[in-house]
Amino acid sequence: MLKMMDVKKVFRTDTVETHALRDFNLTVDEGDFVAVTGPSGSGKTTFLNIAGLLETFDGGQYQLDGMDVSHLNDKQRSQLRNEKIGFIFQSFNLIPDLDLFDNVDVPLRYRGFSSAERRRRIEQSLELVGLANRMKHLPAQLSGGQQQRVAIARALAGEPRFLLADEPTGNLDSKMAQSVMELLQEINRNGTTIVMVTHDSELAQQAKRNIYVRDGKVSELHSVADLAAAASA
Amino acid sequence: MFGYYLKLALKSIKRNPILSALMVAAIALGIGSSMTTITVNYLMSADPIPEKSQQLFYVQVDSWDPTSPYNDDNNDPPNQLTWTEATNLMAAKKAKRQTAMAKSGAVIEPSNPDDKPFEASIRLTFADFFPMFNTPFLYGNGWDQQSDLARDYVVVLTREINDKVFGGENSVGKNIVIMGQNFRVVGVLDHWQPVPKFYDVNNGAFDETEELFMPFYLKEELELPNWGNTNCWKSPEGEGFKAFLRSECVNFQMWVELENSQQEAEYLDFLNSYVSEQKALGRFARPMNNRLSDVMEWMENQQVVADDAQIMLWLSFMFLAVCLLNTIGLLLAKFTGKSAEIGLRRALGATKSNLFIQHLVETAVIGLCGGVLGLALALLGLQGIGALYGSFVEHLTQLDFTLVVIGLGLSLVASIAAGLYPTWRACNIAPASQLKSQ
Repeated sequence: MLKMMDVKKVFRTDTVETHALRDFNLTVDEGDFVAVTGPSGSGKTTFLNIAGLLETFDGGQYQLDGMDVSHLNDKQRSQLRNEKIGFIFQSFNLIPDLDLFDNVDVPLRYRGFSSAERRRRIEQSLELVGLANRMKHLPAQLSGGQQQRVAIARALAGEPRFLLADEPTGNLDSKMAQSVMELLQEINRNGTTIVMVTHDSELAQQAKRNIYVRDGKVSELHSVADLAAAASA
Repeated sequence: MFGYYLKLALKSIKRNPILSALMVAAIALGIGSSMTTITVNYLMSADPIPEKSQQLFYVQVDSWDPTSPYNDDNNDPPNQLTWTEATNLMAAKKAKRQTAMAKSGAVIEPSNPDDKPFEASIRLTFADFFPMFNTPFLYGNGWDQQSDLARDYVVVLTREINDKVFGGENSVGKNIVIMGQNFRVVGVLDHWQPVPKFYDVNNGAFDETEELFMPFYLKEELELPNWGNTNCWKSPEGEGFKAFLRSECVNFQMWVELENSQQEAEYLDFLNSYVSEQKALGRFARPMNNRLSDVMEWMENQQVVADDAQIMLWLSFMFLAVCLLNTIGLLLAKFTGKSAEIGLRRALGATKSNLFIQHLVETAVIGLCGGVLGLALALLGLQGIGALYGSFVEHLTQLDFTLVVIGLGLSLVASIAAGLYPTWRACNIAPASQLKSQ
């Protein structure tokens, strides 16, 4: 479903060249729940941005849902993002002056759905995250955990095949973090493939599969011991 | 999607009320100043009689000084005629309609002894004046050609004079005393104020129409004074009113109505023949230089739109440009502040063109608000001009529907132009760089 082969990404300034990803190889199958861990600056977020078509890459090949995305133009990438990928961010990234309904509505607007279809999907996804009764509330009127649930509802409203989560529990206390993790697991059980970047090894253990990124390369981790060793490395 | 973009624009404006107000104010100031000068220029250069401005021709013949041209700059013939030419050309009757004319003035003595006599301006003209210039009548009509020749004491009043002397009643058939003579009222004009007052721009292109209209030859009969510009290159031969009237001084205007270019060519031939005859009589020593100018050509020739008005127009456009530069800066600041939201929308599937249109709609809404406020400022500016220059510019300081549309259109185009660069920059924000930092 997601296949990266020898993907390279270099950030250049006038004086410095930073190799964020070097021969990055990863395959994520349909229905998988992959937790990506690694130290700061290892390339986790760069990987996620490339996977989410938010950034281009400098070498290698990337297939999303069987399609080579290397040569898509900006409009095609936007369309693919809108239809196949849902994003969840660490700081929720809700638009503060839009109520929950309108926040969840954002990706649907660019999809060209009818008003009735958009309403159905928004209500359904807010129902799923337990916030259907707060549709007209503004984000500031919600707790951090609730805001992240709204962000998840927004990501799910378009019924994407892929959910990319960048530190989705990074701004939450442990109780809320666990609650969000359980929600993600439920979403995964319903068939959505999830790739989650996290620093939290306990949460990472709850994913079906763990990979570790260091210096822009992938190491597969097979056990809790591996994870603990990687985290302490 | 347009409704959605409009909703987002209004939310965005509410989100940054001070920044939005500054942008609206900047556009309003630019639009206000430019609309003030555009209004003055527009009304100055408007076609005052669009339904027949190409069939009415101003007549010029070069009766000027053999030793130097009337106009050193462009060799134009004099912009008025002598009494001799005015009466001769009228007598020839070579056009479908024709009227010579002059401005004068006299004292009216109201019939009510309680009302004091007062001075009124007069347009001395011919019967054709009224149908030629489509003057609207409230009561009655103009006089007939027989009255021109018979020098009848007939008069057409403006509505204002009729209100003043006859209390607004239908005064047709009643008498009015002018210069001690009884005149019979044959018609009362309804409101009529061509802008510019094209039929006599020599005596103030934006003056009010005269208060009385009476047959041309009464000038000689009643020895009515010259009002307005009189230019002479040669002293009158003799003393007194009649000698001055028959001198080479120019004080008379003449218009002819010609239906097509063939009639125009024929009339010009006639003018050339007339001048040739006059040359044979020892007059018109200058080279043949006769002109027929339609209404708009005549307005341009007489530079009805004053140079200083045009300079003010360009200055106001420059001021608008400065205001727009400020708006560009403010829009850059505003859209930079929205980088995170723009990045988010990109991540959620918005294309660059989606975001481009969204932000242009926002800019257009700001521009329209600025335009409405700018029109209000323009009204204030026009009132200021009116207060500064008085009734001379009264007819140039009014916003009509066309000008309101022009004002709103200008603000829309200007704001969208100002918004192009900030919008383009906003749409090219790399989404990945914004999503972590929100």
